[in-house]
Amino acid sequence: MLYRLEPRGERSLFWSYGSPVLAVILTIITMMAIFSLLGKPPVQGIETFLITPISTASGLSSLLVRAAPLIMIGAGLALCYRANVWNIGGDGQFTLGALAGAGLALALPNGAFWWEYPLVLCLGVLGGMFWAGIVAFLKLRFNANEILTSLMLVYIAQLILVWLVTGPWRDPQGFGFPQSAMFGAGATTPDFGTTSIHLGCLLAPLLALVLWQILARSVLGFQLRVVGQAPRAARFAGFSNARLTWIALLVSGGLSGLAGIIEVTGPIGQLTTTITPGYGFSAVIVAFLGRLHPVGVIFAGLLLALSYLGGDAAQINLNMPNAITGIFQGVLLFYLLGADVLILHRFRRIRPSAPEAA
Amino acid sequence: MDSELDNTVLERPPLLVLRGIVKQFPGCLANDHVDLTIGKGEIHALLGENGAGKSTLVKIIYGVMKPDAGSMIWNGQPVSIASPAQARALGIGMVFQHFSLFEALTVSENIALGLNDPKDRENLESRIAEISTRYGLPLDPHKAVHDLSVGERQRIEIVRCLLQNPKLLIMDEPTSVLTPQEVSKLFDTLRRLRDEGCSILYISHKLEEIRTLCERATIMRLGKVVAHCNPAEKTARDLAEMMISAKLKQQDYSNKTIHLGGDRLVVNKLTIRSNQQFGTDLKDISFTVKGGEIFGIAGIAGNGQGELMDALSGEIPAGSPMNILLDGAAIGQERPRARRRRGGCFLPEERNGHGAVGQMTLAENGFLSAHVRGALGRFGLINAKRTREFAAKVIHAFDVRTTGPLAEARSLSGGNLQKFLVGREVLQQPGVLVISQPTWGVDAGAAAAIYEALLQLAAAGTAIVLISQDLDEILLLCDRIAVIAAGRLSDAMNVKDATIEKIGLLMGGTHTGKEELAHALPA
Repeated sequence: MLYRLEPRGERSLFWSYGSPVLAVILTIITMMAIFSLLGKPPVQGIETFLITPISTASGLSSLLVRAAPLIMIGAGLALCYRANVWNIGGDGQFTLGALAGAGLALALPNGAFWWEYPLVLCLGVLGGMFWAGIVAFLKLRFNANEILTSLMLVYIAQLILVWLVTGPWRDPQGFGFPQSAMFGAGATTPDFGTTSIHLGCLLAPLLALVLWQILARSVLGFQLRVVGQAPRAARFAGFSNARLTWIALLVSGGLSGLAGIIEVTGPIGQLTTTITPGYGFSAVIVAFLGRLHPVGVIFAGLLLALSYLGGDAAQINLNMPNAITGIFQGVLLFYLLGADVLILHRFRRIRPSAPEAA
Repeated sequence: MDSELDNTVLERPPLLVLRGIVKQFPGCLANDHVDLTIGKGEIHALLGENGAGKSTLVKIIYGVMKPDAGSMIWNGQPVSIASPAQARALGIGMVFQHFSLFEALTVSENIALGLNDPKDRENLESRIAEISTRYGLPLDPHKAVHDLSVGERQRIEIVRCLLQNPKLLIMDEPTSVLTPQEVSKLFDTLRRLRDEGCSILYISHKLEEIRTLCERATIMRLGKVVAHCNPAEKTARDLAEMMISAKLKQQDYSNKTIHLGGDRLVVNKLTIRSNQQFGTDLKDISFTVKGGEIFGIAGIAGNGQGELMDALSGEIPAGSPMNILLDGAAIGQERPRARRRRGGCFLPEERNGHGAVGQMTLAENGFLSAHVRGALGRFGLINAKRTREFAAKVIHAFDVRTTGPLAEARSLSGGNLQKFLVGREVLQQPGVLVISQPTWGVDAGAAAAIYEALLQLAAAGTAIVLISQDLDEILLLCDRIAVIAAGRLSDAMNVKDATIEKIGLLMGGTHTGKEELAHALPA
């Protein structure tokens, strides 16, 4: 029996929402196959990976903590991608944001001013914007491909971070470990009670909702969508491509920077050489899994956060390598992009053409 | 209707017989039990409005699409054509409306690329030369395609088909890009082919052409064959009435009274470089349009119309503000939104992705160009209610067939979307309207509605610039005409002084240097 893929002619509403679900199901099946190939019990493997981490209250709170940066970066990237600007350097903007804010936090005497923390956050945002601004400048001035420049800037940011925490910013009382001093109480992200849930966990979905409203209701959001879907129509309407490219990159860079400074002043508490386990890259998956919709990004961020926790649990309970997280995310993105074909296409059975019985 | 179906007498043995062809697309029955018989050595017209199912039927014959039901008989043998390669092997050639040529390659390289069989490529240049002289299709095999006029490009496609000795040649709207002189040369070629026994299936909606060229016609409407006839025995009006169900309203706008106002749009020595590769630079363009006047710009596609539209709408800024004056204000370097604020409205030729965004709703597409003049936004937010109301107003005033303002633009047929877009600009009550190809791909009923709207707008004092490749349209609507060729605009003439011959010569570029002349006219 043969099947052929043929265009539908219009978007299928069912598959617009069904495709991420299908991708998640296929990912789970594939992960089970991988578990059994590695000699682990597949059902128990999936349970360890996807259910154990969130079966306790502290598990749930660490899910939110992990999801916060993913949602923040992912929402910004979703806006950026809507405008057809392919920023994949979220990790670099995250790092630069963390550095910019942390520089101030380390320089100020602890608890000097009440506005120290807000100022640290602002600098974090500016740091991320600066790093994304370089991408915008190179794209508009030299027509440099933003995918390449934003990716390369990730490595530069990473190297700056390593240089600072092993050199000028190394904690003198840190026994030579490559890390900065802990931030003072005046520059620490507040958390709630005994849980590890912090301000960023509230801020992230809130910002995603704000971005949703901007995209859906504002003239600016309209312009971003038009320039992404039909650049010539944007020119016809008189929307400036340069201005919109700047805005898309500055917004996504700023959000990545904010995620970065919240992460180091919150859960981490200091600068180390590894402040991100690839949040900026996972956020690319988050943006697509969430259908480039800020609200979808909230759910996708939770799922990807779970993959980090599941990876940790699989390491501890099943003796699996750390790479299992990356494999899960990669398989998920693969199926998601594959399943998206169904939005604009359908399978049709080919009947063998009636034989001309002679 | 039955008598019309029956009164064709087939004098010649049939080459191709189609019976009961059905093709269903999502939401649209494109071919509904279509029967078609093409005799050997005849020029057979396939006539119908856009969306009548002509292209689908032709794609089925050429093996691009498979029918859902029905049978095909070729030379007395039942066949099912699975691919264009198989169609070519049977002896079916097709010249598409949109050419598939590589701009950077030469004529003979392009032809070689279209040949499947390596042995066809032997002695290619001498065979090209032989065919082009035999059928009056002059071509220089060594010239690069981007240096050629559209007419010459079409000749490449025809020669490419003829190299394979086709028994049936399908031509899809071949004259839409040609000058009148080029059209008559093409007809000579087609008649010569017919005399040698080649059948031609000629697809068009230009009635006069079909009456001069074709011996038999099959007329389609809404996916069905509605009539067969001998087009020479019918008037163009009869054919048009068969093609569209309703009786045609008599269209004669020559008696309209014109009240000219002051100069509303002045273009003064406008020279710009095209921002497209292989685009056309504009050279020293000057014209003036008064209020109440419709100024036509005729010309063959690709002679600078797109660039002129971009320069007037503000997508490409002019060299100096004084190059363009709108109601006396120097706007040559203003951005599109500033021009709209001053009363300029624009509608480019391409609907999808330029004048409209297919994936967006009609309401959003209304907002796209009308938000400045229609005050559809406030404090940086879209005023959703006013935006929907504006779209609803356009839909109502222009009788756009759609489910409402929240329908996606691409769900509309071409003609309906064009009515919406024209309505979007007209209802903004522009002082100056620049509109390109307003009825391209639009059925006769929608075209009449668009013409009516433009005339009413002019009567209300708007200065209208109509850029079109359709000479009938320009002669019908315009008060004065100029012709654009190779980026230069001819002097304007009154429509009463304009003849098809005069315009045709200008289209070929006779008012410009010899270099362009040699380039645009057949050698």
